[in-house]
Amino acid sequence: MPIISIRDLVVEYDGRRVLDRLSLDVEPGETMVLLGGSGSGKSTLLRQIIGLERPKSGSVIVKGVDITSCSPAELKKVRHSIGVAFQSAALFNSLSVEDNVALPLREHTRLAPSIINLMVWMKLAVVGLADFRKLLPQALSGGMKKRGAVARALALDPEILVLDEPSAGLDPIVAAELDELILLLKQAFQMTVIVVTHEMPSAFRIADRIAMLRKGTFSSVGTKEEIRASQDPQVRHFLDRIPEDLGSATAVADHFEKYLHSQETNQ
Amino acid sequence: MANVLEDVGRRTLNDLDYVGSLNIQLWSTLRAMKSALPLVGNSYRWQATMQQMLQIGYEALPMVSLMAICTGFILAMQGAAELRRFGAMHYVIDLVAVGFTRELGPLLTAIAVSGRSGSAFAAEIGTMKVTEELDSLRVMALEPIEFVVAPKYLAALISIPCLTIISNSFGIVAGGLFMFFSTRLTPLLYFRYALESIALRDVITGLIKSVAFATIIAHVGCLEGFRVRGGPDSVGRSTTSAVVKSTFLVIVADAVFTAIFYITVRP
Repeated sequence: MPIISIRDLVVEYDGRRVLDRLSLDVEPGETMVLLGGSGSGKSTLLRQIIGLERPKSGSVIVKGVDITSCSPAELKKVRHSIGVAFQSAALFNSLSVEDNVALPLREHTRLAPSIINLMVWMKLAVVGLADFRKLLPQALSGGMKKRGAVARALALDPEILVLDEPSAGLDPIVAAELDELILLLKQAFQMTVIVVTHEMPSAFRIADRIAMLRKGTFSSVGTKEEIRASQDPQVRHFLDRIPEDLGSATAVADHFEKYLHSQETNQ
Repeated sequence: MANVLEDVGRRTLNDLDYVGSLNIQLWSTLRAMKSALPLVGNSYRWQATMQQMLQIGYEALPMVSLMAICTGFILAMQGAAELRRFGAMHYVIDLVAVGFTRELGPLLTAIAVSGRSGSAFAAEIGTMKVTEELDSLRVMALEPIEFVVAPKYLAALISIPCLTIISNSFGIVAGGLFMFFSTRLTPLLYFRYALESIALRDVITGLIKSVAFATIIAHVGCLEGFRVRGGPDSVGRSTTSAVVKSTFLVIVADAVFTAIFYITVRP
């Protein structure tokens, strides 16, 4: 039984359709990478999966609960089993790294402070930030902030870990380190991981399956080997880095020519 | 003409939407306030409340005191200039004492706090929204109203009436200094006359106003923060908007309360 099941999901902003009848199943323990270019709708899909927005129609069933129509109390319960690391890390700037990681434990458990401190240290040690726990987020580098966000996402030992663009804006070495961290987490904690990215090397390194998004629909869903071997033109365009919308360049040239012509006529 | 009507209609709907949002936020905050109370609530939330009380109250103390002293002098001097002609200098004491406790103390404090803390609330929450910190609270199953707004509102409810009492005191002291230097009225006699002229009702009406002003400042500031859309430029706009709207609403509320008190206590 899939741990996340998306059925006929439609999302619209101001009448503009952003996600168009998407369906996807994510099995327990697998790493699903949502791959796609800018504006393809992958971050929108992620916000639906973590219940931050409600769709126009369709359903997102997480652990048997349809989070698009459940009560706030049910949504809260589901959220306890999801850990999210945002693209911007979104660590609380007024709290130290350890307080950021301790926050969900303090709020949702009745553990003694000493146990919380120990758990925080363990989570930070997993992501390699144990020595930096006293620092404020602004004192950390981009990669360290993202690792801090992963540590916070792991605080409650969630069954599902959701990572939004974990390697965006990072140098290749730090990005590769994060990929290894994701693989390690999956191996160590047996969790289901959903990663949104547009970085192909990262996607092919960490994924069990890849869902390719294009203009709000899945152009292809399959294992990384299937995606790599795919002859679908849309998939190939993305993998081979071929610009798709060459027609618009011609349209701009035509428009410019017409403008020059009209200027000459006016003179 | 149709455009003007359309514009008026749209603005009216926007204003109604704003007032509705303020009411919903106020109601949600009142429901979440228990968590910010000492002993019965969450200890971390009470700590956040105390931190806010320091920022809203203690740090504003020099500014509010100085404003009250200056205004006390101004009121006494302006009053004396006219009352001297009728040989009614002793009425300056009534003017300053009653004017401050009923009106100027609460209003001056509210304007000072609106500029300092209302804008800070909007900037803090707006920045949290832009940097996805509010989203990360939600995915950790923490409600921003309970986590962010409730401590601010409780702190404002405690700090602003306290600041108002201090403002009243400094304003009256300034009137006493003026009377001493202009008529050689001893401070002891001045305070006796001042206490005689102030009725308990004056103090209570002033404090009721200050509680209403605290509600306006806290909720307008927080709502402006939540309404931030887009990037950092939007945070700047919301900060300005918080000060302008809360100052405007404080003055409107002051007029309404003064009218109510005037009608209800008229002999």
